[in-house]
Formats: sequence, structure tokens, C-alpha cells
Amino acid sequence: MDLAIEVTGLRKTYDKTEALRGIDLSVRTGSVLGLLGPNGAGKTTAVRALATLLVPDGGQAKVAGFDVVAQPREVRRRIGLAGQNAAVDELLTGRENLVLLGRLLHLGGAGARRRAQELLERFDLVAAGDRPVGTYSGGMRRRLDLASCLVGHPQVLFLDEPTTGLDPASRQSLWNTVRGLVADGMTVLLTTQYLEEADYLADQIVVIAAGQVIADGTPDELKRKVGQEWLEVAVALPDRVAAAVAVLAPLAVDEPSTDPVKGLVKLQLRDGMDGIAAAAVALRDAGVDVADFALRRPTLDDVFFNLVGRQPQG
Amino acid sequence: MTTLDIPPSAAPPLASVTEVLAIAGRRLRRLRRNPGRLVGITLNPLITMVALGYLFSSAIQIPGSTNYIEFIFAGVVMQGALAAVGPTAIAVALDVQGGLVDRFRSLPISRSAVLIGHVIADLLISMIGLVVVVAFGLLFGWRPHNGVLPTLAGFGLVVVFTFTVLWVGVLLGMAMSNLETIESVGGLVAVVFSFLSTGFLSVDKLPGWIQPIAQWNPVSSVISACRDLWGNGAPTGTGFPAENPSLVILVSLGLLFLVTSVLSVRRYRNA
Ligand SMILES: Nc1ncnc2c1ncn2[C@@H]1O[C@H](COP(=O)(O)OP(=O)(O)OP(=O)(O)O)[C@@H](O)[C@H]1O
Ligand SMILES: [Mg+2]
Repeated sequence: MDLAIEVTGLRKTYDKTEALRGIDLSVRTGSVLGLLGPNGAGKTTAVRALATLLVPDGGQAKVAGFDVVAQPREVRRRIGLAGQNAAVDELLTGRENLVLLGRLLHLGGAGARRRAQELLERFDLVAAGDRPVGTYSGGMRRRLDLASCLVGHPQVLFLDEPTTGLDPASRQSLWNTVRGLVADGMTVLLTTQYLEEADYLADQIVVIAAGQVIADGTPDELKRKVGQEWLEVAVALPDRVAAAVAVLAPLAVDEPSTDPVKGLVKLQLRDGMDGIAAAAVALRDAGVDVADFALRRPTLDDVFFNLVGRQPQG
Repeated sequence: MTTLDIPPSAAPPLASVTEVLAIAGRRLRRLRRNPGRLVGITLNPLITMVALGYLFSSAIQIPGSTNYIEFIFAGVVMQGALAAVGPTAIAVALDVQGGLVDRFRSLPISRSAVLIGHVIADLLISMIGLVVVVAFGLLFGWRPHNGVLPTLAGFGLVVVFTFTVLWVGVLLGMAMSNLETIESVGGLVAVVFSFLSTGFLSVDKLPGWIQPIAQWNPVSSVISACRDLWGNGAPTGTGFPAENPSLVILVSLGLLFLVTSVLSVRRYRNA
């Protein structure tokens, strides 16, 4: 298996805070790893270590085949980094920002301008390209930041909370962009607090908390770890909850849980499809009007809540 | 995989010229959008020149110098150079805070190019300020008297001095994160080092306790050397620094440059 990122036992301590306590990660070339964790989990620290911005205190990390400590320059030639805050020069135009990076990467004047134009087109920034970045919206700024990472044709991309603060439309458009990059062979490590984002983009998810990996797997594996599917019934009139529980209880593995305010009854069915049919029939026979009747699977939010023990922030 | 693999490359020389120019060019573009920067470094020396040279000139008598404007001009110029310390520090600190330094550090470029680029840009900006200050100096009656070469040598020394103190600004920007603190420290540097020197009064006119400070202040040595080169009739004073100006200048500026540049680049690497 071809690994673009290989990390074993990565450690980093700031003064007294142990930000990373031995993290293992492996990311296949051309895939997306979602690094999930609450505030202060160590996500940014991990990204900074992999992007050669800080030297870890222990462990080994290879990016694109090169050791981040021993051969940082070779790593830098193959990565793009979009930090937690968009790193663009507000007084320069979008185009000037990109040309600057092209020049720094020795593309030459004409080469840098050509690359800037390509990226402006790709990221839908042509119209705004000659305006100072200070006048950009949050979404445009993020797109420019992402474009800035790509000037040098990297193989591995690090995105630290790429959609924090974006509206749903901008988020979706950024997700599409990332998917496009991955389709072209890019390897992506992204950190996020949005489970939906990890679910949508990531092939593999690693959940960290307090500098340690507490779970990993595909989104589906993680969801399965948390629990089975359950039936969720919303009764039309909240005072009918008791009646619904009475008829559904015999079909459930254990006592159904209820939310009387929302008129919800949740239960794990004893036997799959037959159970669903039986539940529907029982409710109709008892004359309980149903507003919603659905089989639910745990979301990554449930996974997160289950693992970290509190609601994710963000 | 569609990306081509890149052959490994040797590390580049200290700081590639291309990289330095790219960063310096960026700073100059910023200046064009936000020319307020120039106002600061020209206004500071101009105010001193007008206040001291024009308003108070009749009240201040310098022995051995008939023309007070000529006497203070070198000091005014150094104050202009020192006034660039704060703005340079702020430009560097903004890059650190805005995440640009992180982005630059993630690129395969020389570890010193970014900071050298800042210094080169600020040096050019200071030179523009210098031209304005010289123009006003000429207007107010300053004249060089020793011919072209010594005059140019004097300005050469100003450039070297400016280059050195700009590194102090870079270090300030890399070491401190609070912009307001940087601004006040920068302002203090400009005022303290220029006024606690022999730039505006001869040593014997200064209060007793300031005299040794002013005498040993390297800025005084640079000012004396410039006065000498421009023929602005300086009272030379006594003591080791006054008797060995070249040595004091060489050692102090050399050390200052070494320490500030090495510390700045080290901070940049580990930022
Ligand atoms: N430069 C630093 N100096 C000291 N402590 C730090 C530094 N950077 C991070 N930390 C600490 O290390 C821990 C991990 O921080 P990190 O920024 O990696 O978390 P994160 O998962 O990115 O959090 P967030 O979701 O808030 O971005 C935190 O406790 C943080 O306070
Ligand atoms: Mg973070």
C-alpha cells in the first residue's frame, strides 16, 4: 500500500501542555484523512508538525516519503498548507498574492503569472482577481487561501479547519473543490470540528482528544461502533407518547426511550424488517397518529459525543 | 497518481536573490496601497528639524559651529533612520500573526529570504524618506562642504546605519506579539537613541549624567562621522569614543547586525 503520510508515536509538549502524546496516522496516497477532535485536542499541532513548521519531541513522521525532521526541504517541495486562518496579504490583490508565491517558488515572472491565472480561473476568482483581498468575503478568502497552497503543484495538502466560519453554500463549494483535487490524485489531511464535513469528505477518520487517538476507521465503521440502527417515531399528538410506548415495547430489545416534549419514541427493534412492519401495524391498530416514522443510523455527532463524552463545539 | 515526482534538490544558497526580491516587491506594493508608512518616517525627522533648527536655533549656541541647522542635520537624518524601526517591526509582526510566516515557512525557500526581503524593502522606503529629509534640509540651509565623494560617503554611512537598525526592528517584530507594545518600543527607540546623543547639543551642553551615555551612544559616533564627512563643523569632544569613531562605529554596528540578524532568523525558523 502506497502511503503519503506515515506517522508513528508523534509527541509534542509545549512548556507544560502535552499537546500530542504519541499519535499514529497513516494516509494512503490519493485519499482523505479527517482528523477530528474538540478544541485543544492537538489537531493544529499535528498539522504543524507534519508541515515542518514545528519539530516534534518524539516519534517519526514521513510525508510524501520524506522524514519531516531529517528532510524538511524535500517535504516542503511536496506539500501545501492552509492554516487555521487564511494566510493571505490583505493589501495585495488575489492575483498578486498568487504571483508572489509563484515567484517564491521560482516559476519565473511569466510562469508565476500564468499559474496565478490558472488558479484564479479554477477557483472562480477571476472577476475579483484584481481587487485587494481586504475586500473579499470570507468564502473568497478561503478559496484564495486554498489556491495559494496549490501554486507549487503539491502532492499532499494539509487543511486545518478549512470551512470554519463559512456559510453552507461556500462550505459546499469548498467541499466540491477538495473532492476535485482528490479525484486528480491529491492526498489530503484535513482537520475539522464538523462531523458532517468528515463524513462527506474523508475516507478515513481519526478522532483525537487530549493528544491521543481515541478512535479511527471509516465513517461507517465509526458509526457502527457507536451502535445499531434504531426506530424513531414522532407521534402527532405528544399526549399519545404513552400509548405508542405501550404497543411498541413488546417489539423492542429493551425499554424504548422517550422525549415527551417532542413526542419522540426511540427503540431498538428486535427483528429487522419484520420489526418495522410490526411496529407500523401496532401503531395503526392502537390509533396513534404518526408524524414521522424512520429508521435512524447514528451520525458522526453521535460517535463524537459517545467518544469524547460531551457535545462537540464549533 | 498524476503528480510527477520531483528529484531531490540541494539546499539553495543562503537566501536566493529571487526570493528576497519577491518579498521586497510585495512590501513595496503594500506601500503603494498604504503610503501612510512614508509619512511616519519623514515627519519624525522633519518635525525635529523645524522645531530645533528653525524655532530654537537662535536660542541654542554651539561652540565652533555657526550654523545650527548644519550642526543638527546629521542627527535629524539618524532620527529618520531610527524612526523606521517601529514600522519594520510592525510589518514583520503582522506577517507572523496573519499566518503568512507559516505559509512561507511551509515553502521550500531559504530560511532567511523573508526577513532579508523585509529589510531590503524597508531600506528602500527609508531612502525615499531620506531624500525628502535632505530636500528639506537644503531648503532650511544645510549644505555639505567637502565635495562629492565625502558627501556620498556620509550618505553611504547613513545607509549602513539604517540597514543595521532595521534588523533591530525585524527582531522586535519576531520577538514581540503585541502591536501596541511594539509601537511604543519603536517610538522610544527613535526618541531615546537620537536625543541621548550628541546629535542636537554638544556634549558639554548636556546634563552631567547624560554626558557619558551620549558619548558612548554609537549613534553619536555615526553622527559625528557624518558631520565630519559633510564638513558641518563638529566639536569633536574627548574620551575614547570621540577619539576612535571608526572603531566604535565598526564594532557597534557590526555586533548589532550580527546579533539581531542571527536571533531574528533563529526565531523565524522556530516560530
Ligand atoms: N504555541 C503554544 N504554546 C503553548 N501551548 C500551546 C501552543 N499551541 C498549542 N498549545 C496547546 O496545545 C494543546 C493543543 O493545541 P492545538 O492548537 O493543537 O489544538 P487544536 O486541536 O488545533 O484546537 P482547536 O480546535 O481549538 O484549533 C492545547 O492545549 C493548546 O493550549
Ligand atoms: Mg487548531
